[in-house]
Amino acid sequence: MRPIFTVVDSQSLVSTPQPYPVPTDELLLHGAGLCCIRQDRVLFEQLDVRVHAGELVQIAGKNGAGKSSLLRILAALVAPDDGVLYYGQHPLTSVSSDYAANLCYIGHQSGIHEQLTALENLSFWRSASGIAQADDFALLARLGLAGLEDIPCRMLSAGQQRRVSLARLWFTRRQLWILDEPFTALDQTAISMLQQHFAKHLQQGGAIVLTTHQSLSMAFARQTTLELAYRW
Amino acid sequence: MFKWLHPYAKPETVYRLCGRFYPWLMLSGIALLALGNVWGLAFTPPDYQQGDSYRIIHIHVPAAIMSMGTYSAMAIAAFIALVWQVKVAQWSVTAIAPIGAVYTAIALITGMAWGKPMWGTWWVWDARLTSELILLFLYLGVIALSGAFSDRQTGAKAASLLAVIGVINLPVIHFSVEWWNTLHQGASITKFAKPSIDPSMLWPLLISILAFKVLMLALVCLRLRTAILQNEQHRPWVKALVEE
Amino acid sequence: MVALSTFVQRELRLLARQKADWLNPVLFFVIVLSLFPLGVGPEPNLLRLMAPGIVWIAALLSVLLAAERLFKDDYRNGVVEQLVAARQPLLSFVLAKLFTNWLSTGLPLVLLSPLVALLLSINNAEFVAMLLTLLLGTPLLSLLSVMGAALTVSADKGGILLALLILPLYIPLLIFASSAMEAAAMGLPYHGQLAIMLAMLLFAMALIPLAVISALKLNVS
Repeated sequence: MRPIFTVVDSQSLVSTPQPYPVPTDELLLHGAGLCCIRQDRVLFEQLDVRVHAGELVQIAGKNGAGKSSLLRILAALVAPDDGVLYYGQHPLTSVSSDYAANLCYIGHQSGIHEQLTALENLSFWRSASGIAQADDFALLARLGLAGLEDIPCRMLSAGQQRRVSLARLWFTRRQLWILDEPFTALDQTAISMLQQHFAKHLQQGGAIVLTTHQSLSMAFARQTTLELAYRW
Repeated sequence: MFKWLHPYAKPETVYRLCGRFYPWLMLSGIALLALGNVWGLAFTPPDYQQGDSYRIIHIHVPAAIMSMGTYSAMAIAAFIALVWQVKVAQWSVTAIAPIGAVYTAIALITGMAWGKPMWGTWWVWDARLTSELILLFLYLGVIALSGAFSDRQTGAKAASLLAVIGVINLPVIHFSVEWWNTLHQGASITKFAKPSIDPSMLWPLLISILAFKVLMLALVCLRLRTAILQNEQHRPWVKALVEE
Repeated sequence: MVALSTFVQRELRLLARQKADWLNPVLFFVIVLSLFPLGVGPEPNLLRLMAPGIVWIAALLSVLLAAERLFKDDYRNGVVEQLVAARQPLLSFVLAKLFTNWLSTGLPLVLLSPLVALLLSINNAEFVAMLLTLLLGTPLLSLLSVMGAALTVSADKGGILLALLILPLYIPLLIFASSAMEAAAMGLPYHGQLAIMLAMLLFAMALIPLAVISALKLNVS
């Protein structure tokens, strides 16, 4: 995990056909010629996505453009209708468990059960990620949830629940983060705290793919924007 | 080892193949059906025990045999769909299911029609009729599941999984129902006695069985082609086809 | 499988906090059981004759009722989706769900069997058979209903569909369990039926967790 330092680089790809380039070493995830069809509508086709270590890739587009669908394809939840995904040098299908072990996916839903407390939810995600159980009081305090650790999450506000859901990004050891609208319902302080955490993760050689409706207030060392055009 | 089969997983290849076979299958199926049924229903001698009412076996037996044969075909397609993730196989599960359900319904209705003159009642909990009824429920379950999801692909995948689970259960269900029936032999002897069949009655029966099988294949070809077109509507080959 | 105990703890906590999830099916069992005498008449001999069928149909229906809620919350919250993306903890998750499902719906039925025997005028020999068949059969009921719940978790009208799909698969269990009880009532041996039920249970235990994982994966895709 070496630090990556490149010039700020922002491309805008609007579903134009791309040749299939050869993946390089620092290329973590490569989707070549991806196609997604939902409800008989082609959301995108011949889409090329490249995620390098130390890079933040922002997927932008209007509502219904296929951002969440693209994220779910990248997280290997659903196979693309056309195209191939590569993890490093290998096709994803042959290294799927290695890939899953290196991936932290937080989707549109929070991933926390509202009848459990924040501590219990975090303990669940620690087990699920194979991380040792630990006292999460300090972590929750850092996230602004001091005093709320022991009540069922249904009593928390939407923003507080989102903070609990995102808390696992602070103890995960996985390299690639795929986040669907992580800033939803968060206030300014939480958003800037999250973005600082992102920067730290990228510095350590991690990679982030996210969608968001807000523009990122921080400039990251290496950031790419992929714009999905809404297709009717 | 299965490399030569790979091209047949492509929807376009399957579409063209089904298109080539369909006319022949349909024509020969209808011809065989006409031959077997007319011969069996009209021109065979009456049975010494049951008189003329036995003639319905020329529809009932083929339907019953094919109801189970269709389930096996569906289960094989479902197995291929699950293990190798072949989309065409998933679609063929949803294509085959209604055909099997109709065959099962035909078997049940003709079974009831046969039962009335034989036992005096329309329905009796005979082992074979009960098995056919349960088979109908299994088919209806697959059909219901494939249509229950907003995403057609998920429905097809779920139906494939259910078909495989059902086929594993099918022998268990069949034998347990038979055993249950022997346990509960009531006052009326209700089993269909397997008569030794005279050759003059055997040939139309065999022809009818073949007819039902060929018709099943023809109908599956038709339904599968439709499913392929529906699911692949965005592919260039489909668009080219529509332009023609 | 380090995560298994944590997952089981989580499920037990959820059961403790949402008591309706397991209390309602148990109450349903008792109510359905009580409806039969009201429907067919209180004659004890008639009830004793019908008892095997009544007990097992009521058990079927109540386990089915409990199964529907099994994955719904976790699916709605995105827990299932995020576990499928993580792959590795999925088996422990499923096993924890299976175990706690049996604990919350199957075990109470076994514990309630004395009450059932009382209501349906079941004699002692038949009561022992009922106990044994419930012990062997309710895990199988749990397995099949968890399978159905996983298949239909993202379907629109999941509840009724679940019943339609799984009831035909229950039929062998119903046949063997009720015939074991009948044989016991007549004083005949019923080891054969129990052996077959055990075989079905072992077979299901081997295959169904994998089928459930498969079903969850296809529901989030």
